Amino acid sequence: MSIDADGGLACPVPLSNTSHVAMAHGGGGTRMRDLIDQVFMSRFRNDLGDGQNDSAILHFGGERLAFTTDSFVVDPPFFPGGNIGSLAVHGTINDLAMSGAKPLYLSAGFILEEGFEISKLERVVDSMKAAADEVGVKIVTGDTKVVERRNGEGIYINTAGIGVIQHDKTMEARAIRPGDHVIVNGDLGRHGMAIMTTREGFELETPIESDSAALWPAVQALLEADIDVHCFRDLTRGGLASALNELSESSGYGIHITESRIPVNSTVRGVCEILGFDPLHVANEGRMVAFVAPRDAERAVEILQGVNPDISAADIGVVGSTKEKRVTLESVIGVPRILDMLSGEQLPRIC
Amino acid sequence: MKYMDEYRNRDDVHRLADSIRKICTRPHSIMEICGGQTHSIVRFGIDQILPEEITLIHGPGCPVCVTPVEMIEKALRLGAMPDVILCTFGDMMRVPGTDQDLLGIKAQGGDVRFVYSPLDAVGIAADNPEKEVVFFGVGFETTAPANALAVKTAAQKKLSNFSMLSSHVLVPPAMEALLSSEHCAIDGFLGAGHVCTIMGCTEYEPIARKYKVPIVVTGFEPLDLLQGIHMCVRQLEEGRFEVENQYARSVTQQGNTEAQRLLREVFEVVPRKWRGLGPIDASGLQLTAAYRAFDAEHRFPLDDIVAHESEHCISGEILQGLKKPSDCPAFGKQCTPDQPLGAPMVSSEGACSAYYRYRRSATPATADRGE
Repeated sequence: MSIDADGGLACPVPLSNTSHVAMAHGGGGTRMRDLIDQVFMSRFRNDLGDGQNDSAILHFGGERLAFTTDSFVVDPPFFPGGNIGSLAVHGTINDLAMSGAKPLYLSAGFILEEGFEISKLERVVDSMKAAADEVGVKIVTGDTKVVERRNGEGIYINTAGIGVIQHDKTMEARAIRPGDHVIVNGDLGRHGMAIMTTREGFELETPIESDSAALWPAVQALLEADIDVHCFRDLTRGGLASALNELSESSGYGIHITESRIPVNSTVRGVCEILGFDPLHVANEGRMVAFVAPRDAERAVEILQGVNPDISAADIGVVGSTKEKRVTLESVIGVPRILDMLSGEQLPRIC
Repeated sequence: MKYMDEYRNRDDVHRLADSIRKICTRPHSIMEICGGQTHSIVRFGIDQILPEEITLIHGPGCPVCVTPVEMIEKALRLGAMPDVILCTFGDMMRVPGTDQDLLGIKAQGGDVRFVYSPLDAVGIAADNPEKEVVFFGVGFETTAPANALAVKTAAQKKLSNFSMLSSHVLVPPAMEALLSSEHCAIDGFLGAGHVCTIMGCTEYEPIARKYKVPIVVTGFEPLDLLQGIHMCVRQLEEGRFEVENQYARSVTQQGNTEAQRLLREVFEVVPRKWRGLGPIDASGLQLTAAYRAFDAEHRFPLDDIVAHESEHCISGEILQGLKKPSDCPAFGKQCTPDQPLGAPMVSSEGACSAYYRYRRSATPATADRGE
């Protein structure tokens, strides 16, 4: 290898860790995006778009339907604020809601490990039923497979969902406009830290409860109030930072947010500080960002606060006017910096 | 966690920056030792609000970054052994060896686990008597006591399947190595607050006197760092070179004597090679003869390891503060957190990772607002 006249490397650096799937390929960051682009989208791409939105929009008999699927492998399956069942229902409802679709029907596929306790399975299924009932969704078809025992704790759930779009707006990244306000429906990072602290057995004075929740009530309230929303995105793996970076990339506009306006629960912030995590990279399961026209921004925050007064909806930033695909964050001391997408998994630091 | 907000108060931060501007009459180069401080500086943008006379130089205080590539290779070999469970801190998982990292070993079937505390590794050893459990222990004086405690606990429990691959280093010899270099451009130091919480301040006094350099033991929050810089600039302007303690809410003159006693019991001081800096006399810790049975380098055949660092990585110059990450031709191009050429790009305390994550280029981000 040699350095060429521009100081660049003359032959490609060997790629490490790309011959096998690594955990980072599922982490919601750049590695996962590369896997999707290079392995899946290069083969599956078709005339219905690039498959990169939360749901596919299907035109059928004069109706616009949203269709989506999601799989859930959370470890541990039970955590403060929910379990894998409620999560599997919320996740798919949220993917539909992000397209502005009213969720209607879900399927549920179970992969169970030999030895999994039936009473635990019943708890999971009860939670699924309750989560679906809460937003008037029916679980209408399903499948069950059992795999050989490893530690007897394994349960994986796939849900797919269909919803209907009952308005004429198109809500997607390309509809984002300069000057749009960036609004989150609540405090960030609770789901990821609830899972992490439960899995690792951290003893906290107040356990962190997952934010897992259906986002349809919040979306419905904004739509019914005729708020000029240009795009919704749920903040799952990779957190706010990954979602905003993806949206900046797809919309073509820079996004600028202010650190001091971003709501983060103090326990979440504390645990993140200790471990060297950034709450803006941590997963959520009941949080979304809405891009709203400036004149409606204040009203949108009020409406979101009305839907759930306990979780601090906030206007955290704006969309820039130039075609500059990056996300900046004004630090608490007033200096702007880049807010990057998570690269790989978040790993706890040494000290 | 309310106290954190007080140390990040925007008005206080800018008031302190103004008072630094008032006392500063000429250029000063100040090195922050610790990578945690570097990350705070870049994350909050502290260097951007300082007077232009002040240059912050990022120091070598990132334990992941200075771990020699031979040690990484040893860990990779251990991690790939079928009967070994290799435990380490999450930070070490992505550090590149010659051509792969521990996450790669894990993806290929090696039992590599990250732990939050070295005692977790001792627990894993107790739960898996049929396996060899190796804890890859790296770090400065901050982490060494916890690692020492893990070894001592394993000894007390008579665990014959626990060992540690030890790559511990000490801050004062590295400071002396930097100060002795003909390229040294350091006028003053911000001492590493966490290291001094363990070790106290006294061992820095001979360095301040010998090299006529002020050393201000400093914390990690914006107000800590600005106050540390203020104290350092004041000394430089007044021609003093003393050890001062900004981080008194955590650091005492003597430090944590119990932790120091544990270090003396379990470790002995040895010469150590630093990635980027080369060999430094009396700069590392290894297990004493009494604990040698727990030394993975004695237990496993690792002597024949050959390792190569990327010839394009300038981490040596970065760790000595001679160059900034953005001066590296590979920065953000051939070298990114996904495809790192060197450890400073992946460690949560590495200067390259801080620049990549928060800055990307030599100039800080500017916000163009759509309003």
